[in-house]
Amino acid sequence: MEHRLRTPISQDEVAALRAGDLVWISGTVYTARDRVHALLATGEELPVDLVGAVIYHCGPLIRDATVLSAGPTTSGRVGRFTREVVDRGVRLIVGKGGISEDAEALRGRATYLAYPGGCGALAARHLLVRRLHLPDLGMAEGLWELEAEGWGPMIVAIDSFGGDLYREAKRSEMRSE
Amino acid sequence: MRREDLVCATVAVLAEAETVLPSWVEEAIREAVERERNPIARSQLSAILENIRIAAEGGVPLCQDTGLPVFCLEIGRDLSIPPFLEEAIAEGVRRATEEIPLRPNAVDPLTRKNSGDNTGPGMPDIIIDLVPGDCLRITAFPKGAGSENGSFLAMLNPADDPLDFVAEEVAKRAGRACAPVFVGVGIGGTFDLAARLAKRALLHMPGSSDLDMALLSEINRIGTGPMGLGGDTTALAVRIETALCHTASLPVAVNLQCWANRSSSATVRGDGWSID
Repeated sequence: MEHRLRTPISQDEVAALRAGDLVWISGTVYTARDRVHALLATGEELPVDLVGAVIYHCGPLIRDATVLSAGPTTSGRVGRFTREVVDRGVRLIVGKGGISEDAEALRGRATYLAYPGGCGALAARHLLVRRLHLPDLGMAEGLWELEAEGWGPMIVAIDSFGGDLYREAKRSEMRSE
Repeated sequence: MRREDLVCATVAVLAEAETVLPSWVEEAIREAVERERNPIARSQLSAILENIRIAAEGGVPLCQDTGLPVFCLEIGRDLSIPPFLEEAIAEGVRRATEEIPLRPNAVDPLTRKNSGDNTGPGMPDIIIDLVPGDCLRITAFPKGAGSENGSFLAMLNPADDPLDFVAEEVAKRAGRACAPVFVGVGIGGTFDLAARLAKRALLHMPGSSDLDMALLSEINRIGTGPMGLGGDTTALAVRIETALCHTASLPVAVNLQCWANRSSSATVRGDGWSID
């Protein structure tokens, strides 16, 4: 099934997403990787409202307020903060590689979308810079507020009901042995 | 050799490596799309091909992770090595970071403070090979963190099967390393020689020995697939390099490279330089 979503994302929209579906996103997207997640974990107030938000595991390459290349970074490094992220109201997490057993924190509340890793030039075509929050963290680690327009397709890799394409790929590995 | 030639050649090989993939790499991905049976896997590979086209047309970096600056230098034995060798390459990296531009990725490992220009202690990393002749060949091999983080080294027991070990570990790690991956394998030597063999195996890609091909099909049989989402295409090529090891040891190192197997070379002579 295909879904074209605009932020903020509602609980009903999350509930309609199933592993294997395709999603295109328009609206506000916040980048967050290692350093922003470290702040989240310590309970720090962030300068943005994350209720119904989309966060993107990404450290973009940006020059003169233009996104040049902005593919996803490996979600596994920040997966252990998934519960804190979802507790703040985030409903869609975009990244690559999955979050293993931390996916349990998504159940009933949020969905994990996979965007193809390394496809930074492709993603940049759909993303505009709004502003940089936490500029002291630098280009890769800062919290960028981006405006997405028809950005996708991404694949629902882990849905809010426990469906998980990464786990299925692992199961088929065991069957083939 | 003029310093400015080496600086300009460094900027040029980095610019080309970051924006245009070697044609054999793109061809390997095209062939994989044809073979792949899983529709989600095909969609990932098609997006990758589209990304390659956009980056080349726009002259923009393929991936936002423009990597750490790694270079391989082939130095002719008849060349008198200029005093500015490393310093000129570092200057090229700084210029490339500003001009291409590249993302500043290099940080102090303990304070995590970013040097801001991709240079500093240990960076750029320069691997040196001595070859016949009087030229200098510089190859940029920018290395992103996703695939570098998936790389590994183990001191196995001589009774262990190193190929089974590599296949299982690669299948486990490839999803996070932006599969389909290229797998550089170093077997034998000492602790650090195994790692160097694995890096050189990547630089000498693709492999074609029977052992390379057997390991490739074993990795792909496991079904991790592009980005770990399942499928037939986990690795695009494998190359194994070996060295003698101690009779009591079996060092095995694997250096993973994501699908964006970026590299570009130039030759610098006494009277100028050109992209290969």
